[in-house]
Amino acid sequence: MTDATTENAPYAFVRKETLPQEPAPLSVAGPLAWIRANLFSSPLNAILTLLCVWFVIDTVPGLVRFYILDAVWTGTNRDACLADKVGRPVGACWAYVADRTQYFIYGSYPVTERWRVNIVFVMFALGVVWLLWTRAPQKKVGAFFFFVVMPASAFILLLGGASAEGFLRFLIIVTVALAALYLVVSFAPGLMKFWIGEGQLAVEEAMPAWQRFSGPKTLILMSLVVFGVLAILADKIGLPRVDTGLWGGMTVTFLISAVGIVFSLPLGVLLALGRRSRLPAIQLISVIFIEFVRGVPLITVLFMANTMLPLFVPQEWSPDRLLRPLVGVALFAAAYMAEVVRGGLQAMPKGQYEGAMSLGLGYWQMMRLIILPQALRIVIPGIVNTFIGLFKDTTLVAIVGIFDFLRTIEATLIDPTWATPVTRSTGYAFAAIFYFLCCWGMSRYSIAVEKRLAAGQKR
Amino acid sequence: MSSIPSEQVSPGKASLFYDPKIRGYVYQIALVAIVAFLIWSAASNAIENLRAQKIASGFGFWHNAAGFDVNQKLIPFSASGGSTYGDAFLVGLLNTLLVAGLGIVLATFLGFFIGVARLSHNWVIAKLAMIYVEGIRNIPLLLQLFIWYNAVLKPLPNPRQSIALPGGTLLNNRGLYLPDPQLGPGGSLIVWAFLIGVAATFVFRSWARKQQAATGRQYPIGWVALGLIVVLPLLVYFVTGRPVSFIYPELAGFNLRGGIQIFPEFVALLIGLTTYTAGFIAEVVRAGILAVSKGQTEAAHALGLRNGPTLKLVVIPQAMRVIIPPLTSNYLNLTKNSSLAVVIGYPDLVQVFTGTVLNQTGQAVEVVAITMAVYLTISLVTSLFMNIYNKRMALVER
Repeated sequence: MTDATTENAPYAFVRKETLPQEPAPLSVAGPLAWIRANLFSSPLNAILTLLCVWFVIDTVPGLVRFYILDAVWTGTNRDACLADKVGRPVGACWAYVADRTQYFIYGSYPVTERWRVNIVFVMFALGVVWLLWTRAPQKKVGAFFFFVVMPASAFILLLGGASAEGFLRFLIIVTVALAALYLVVSFAPGLMKFWIGEGQLAVEEAMPAWQRFSGPKTLILMSLVVFGVLAILADKIGLPRVDTGLWGGMTVTFLISAVGIVFSLPLGVLLALGRRSRLPAIQLISVIFIEFVRGVPLITVLFMANTMLPLFVPQEWSPDRLLRPLVGVALFAAAYMAEVVRGGLQAMPKGQYEGAMSLGLGYWQMMRLIILPQALRIVIPGIVNTFIGLFKDTTLVAIVGIFDFLRTIEATLIDPTWATPVTRSTGYAFAAIFYFLCCWGMSRYSIAVEKRLAAGQKR
Repeated sequence: MSSIPSEQVSPGKASLFYDPKIRGYVYQIALVAIVAFLIWSAASNAIENLRAQKIASGFGFWHNAAGFDVNQKLIPFSASGGSTYGDAFLVGLLNTLLVAGLGIVLATFLGFFIGVARLSHNWVIAKLAMIYVEGIRNIPLLLQLFIWYNAVLKPLPNPRQSIALPGGTLLNNRGLYLPDPQLGPGGSLIVWAFLIGVAATFVFRSWARKQQAATGRQYPIGWVALGLIVVLPLLVYFVTGRPVSFIYPELAGFNLRGGIQIFPEFVALLIGLTTYTAGFIAEVVRAGILAVSKGQTEAAHALGLRNGPTLKLVVIPQAMRVIIPPLTSNYLNLTKNSSLAVVIGYPDLVQVFTGTVLNQTGQAVEVVAITMAVYLTISLVTSLFMNIYNKRMALVER
């Protein structure tokens, strides 16, 4: 084709300047187009959209009216939430929740001793933040705090009484002994020659004493401080024994979750290592334990812990009623944790093992220094998911007679002080909100971790 | 390290203490010894304690008469009829299997629907599906069962003010009452026609698939199935002179009489299990579909396939490979979660056997062991079948 048009046309025109940009036509951009593309792209879609909108319009205003607009917020007994007493349609009875909050948090724990529960809550929160907040310093100390110091002090604080004081004395002796041992190693390594060996002794002696002392000194100091404070509390104020039968509410729910986490993680790691071990007996025992526990419902494990655990130990040791489900939950969670950790171990490239072995590391050194830190890192989302499941499953301990959060709500529903037609829906809504916020928060955290880890993997 | 005498590290003569093989044996023997000791001491303690509490051991209780009644039962069972604890076990087991089987089917449908809905281009549908999944998955199942049973089904009106549903069905706080179909003379022909229709559909489907593989011709399987399964029994129904009558539930005194009663405990448990598991299945399905690379869809479109066949023939078969293993775990979870029936009083295995029978006989060891064995068996059988299915669907690389 020749350029006929430009040659023949007498008024050839070439624009010199650019035109200002026009907005896109309404049919491809803007809210209208968005609605057309996303809501009414086909007749079927349009019908579905209208159905969904109708469903939302049908349910949401009713819920809002019941739980917010018509709700009763203040009052001291059931009269505040009865429609004929108030003289208007009554929605949710939040006054009841406000009135019973103390019970929901502490159960029947004696009012004068509740400060002990509060201290445990603060310690728990401190441990969680320390471990989960990415930029928190001294993560190792945090882990030691969460997995050793916090459980021990929680036990002493919550239980109190002679057995807890005996346990505290034992802990203080252990800590002091460890501190003394460590001081000897740091400042006079020659005294421990038989223990650390000639070769290591030479290395130790090459360093100045203060530097030798720098390692676990924080751990020992922290344990000493915490246990010392506990001892002062027990001595000055006295920690009367509070029987586990009085514990209840969120305290028990958090206690069971925390025990599950603290015990299931190390136990799960051991089981996962056992399952991948090359020693047949160890592997077999791990596989049997994991598959057995994962194959039965938690309820039957709880029944077993409740009815059979007392049979399996001598009569005089008969475990506490709260301890039995704790053991059951911890073992149950450990089996699930083991499978999560196994996934992480399997995801480790063979080269990591080979690299560790070529450095001359033994099995435990290889696992502790090279494999587990990486494997656990990549399965953090899986671990958090197991915790979410564990947290939801704590509700089942109610079946064997433990007053967890959900059970305290159930118990208040039949309390004549607050029994109204709307109490039940209010109590359940409150429980649902509590569990939703906890679980949803955890899942958000795991998603955030996943994103952060994925950012490191990007090329 | 230089101070170690050289004769101790001469090659081939390392100390036995450092020989990995020997160390392995030592570890294993130690572990086995510990486990054996634990089991032995637990067993001897249990024998001792049981003797002290004067509780019989062994399975003799199996044939003793059970002194209780169960409302929902698939086999005859009553305290006055001389039923034994063994019968109670069967009643509970069948009820567990019933609710688990129905729950699995319903949860699969609902879960696939919600999972696909979450990926819909329709903004409203996708958001609603997301709210459903997030809400359901983050609230304990036990609380959901309480809500369904205590807050939704219990406040229904009493039998005198039953809610009438279409088709003579009544709903009240004692359950759902369906009309009870009675087969007149020739009525069994309809059942046979239906069964033959189902069988013929399967035969036709496999024939049509072979034909398509051989010749490329497609046959209208859906229409033929409709004709065989629905129209054929209907035809028989009219030809034989409509031999089916219904006994409708009606008010007699303070309760309803006649009809099939579906207990509210069953309905609550089924709804709870279905909706809860569907939330998890939805996520499994979504992950499976997202795992199929977008290029597969684009290639299918490029071949001229429309959306329906693309999904059916290209995307879903590949997604199934990712979906099936976690789907299996969800089926197992649903079966295990059905044990929560105990809190709302649905007579499943745990409620009847580990609850009532255990309380009456006190034989904790035997009863809990049998219950666990049953759930283990169910788990193993389910995973066996799903693994066979999984193997058939798995990617065959050449």
